[in-house]
Amino acid sequence: MIDARGQSCPIPVVMVQQEVKKNHPQKLEVMVDAMVCVENISRYAALEGYALSVEEADGEYTLTLTK
Amino acid sequence: MFKRINPWVPIAGVVVGIAALLLTALGNPANMGFCIACFVRDIAGAMKLHSAEPVQYFRPEIVGLVLGSTIMAVATKEFKAKAGSSPATRFLIGVFVMIGALVFLGCPLRMVLRMGGGDLNAFVGLAGFFLGILIGIFFIKRGFSLKRTYEVTLSEGISLPAALLVMFLLVLAVPSIFAFSESGPGSKHATVLVSLLMAVVVGALAQKARLCMVGGMRDAVMFKDFSLLSGFVAIFVTVLIGNIILGNFHGFSAYLQPIAHASQLWNLLGMALVGWGSVLLGGCPLRQLILAGEGNGDSAVTVLGMLVGAALAHNFKLAGSAASLTDGVYSAGGISVNGKIAVCIGFAVLLVISLLNTSAFKKAAK
Repeated sequence: MIDARGQSCPIPVVMVQQEVKKNHPQKLEVMVDAMVCVENISRYAALEGYALSVEEADGEYTLTLTK
Repeated sequence: MFKRINPWVPIAGVVVGIAALLLTALGNPANMGFCIACFVRDIAGAMKLHSAEPVQYFRPEIVGLVLGSTIMAVATKEFKAKAGSSPATRFLIGVFVMIGALVFLGCPLRMVLRMGGGDLNAFVGLAGFFLGILIGIFFIKRGFSLKRTYEVTLSEGISLPAALLVMFLLVLAVPSIFAFSESGPGSKHATVLVSLLMAVVVGALAQKARLCMVGGMRDAVMFKDFSLLSGFVAIFVTVLIGNIILGNFHGFSAYLQPIAHASQLWNLLGMALVGWGSVLLGGCPLRQLILAGEGNGDSAVTVLGMLVGAALAHNFKLAGSAASLTDGVYSAGGISVNGKIAVCIGFAVLLVISLLNTSAFKKAAK
């Protein structure tokens, strides 16, 4: 689980990118708290060939990336 | 590649380009339909934070951009009061981003408008801007972070939108307490209502699209993500075509461009400072206004840093002086010794901030 809540652009995507490049996970969960981060990570996930699901609760989002 | 582009971004880019052309046609200075650095500098002048008489006017565009963002963020339930990510550091970066921009004579948005107006000096600025972005990316990749924000109370979130609105109402109610340029760029402006309304539309769209001049190149380099870059390109193409149609385009040249100088090293270095600082902040000066409108207190502090930076730039004569032709004598304009020293100090400050906040370097120091 990557906790990228409160981080400004583009750090949440960098955190995801570093995990993807290092460990090539089949499944990765990321927490963010802004819609802009959801959009940015969605585009990056698509580039790397991950499917994405998003759950929202109290203005915070949990993104699940799966291959 | 194009599938992953958020369509709002090029749409916002085209609207920004058209609005900039219209504002220029209706009275704003040449190639300055929008310029966050210049307009914040003009506001600093109107509030008598500096006394450079040609650049004093309370630009309604700044108020409109922030309020447009607030309106869109509230409408789409994205308004969230948050803060706490190294505000003093962000203030300092804001100061030097502004000084860099005023050395070049424009923020990244005006750089694009100048490029679309045929100003080759702005292409040198673009090279510097890109260089600065690459330096910023170097640190981001090694773990640079100004730490996270936290949810805060509403008063923090509305501080900048509310302050700008109150100041703007004061300008309308008692203009005599403010300073207004009688000549120079500050005296050139579209009417108050037109400036305000156009900026509200642009601010709302920029919020929706996450438009950011630094984000485009940063994301293209880091993630092969061209979404934000499409906005940058859309503004350039729109302004270029618009200027050709309006008869304002006379080919690409570095000679005697409006409110620009041909001191190329300092065009390059000024914008490198802006690019580096903006990557550390997470967005260009326009984006800082939009984020402040969405309730981000750290961006509000950054804007205040930019306001102070503008005042310092004119009080200490750091800003670039434009090329001019007086009685047939051409002056290429340029930067004072003070300005050159300030840019060098800016690089030193950004280097220290970058090193102190990058995890790879913090670990190495231990």
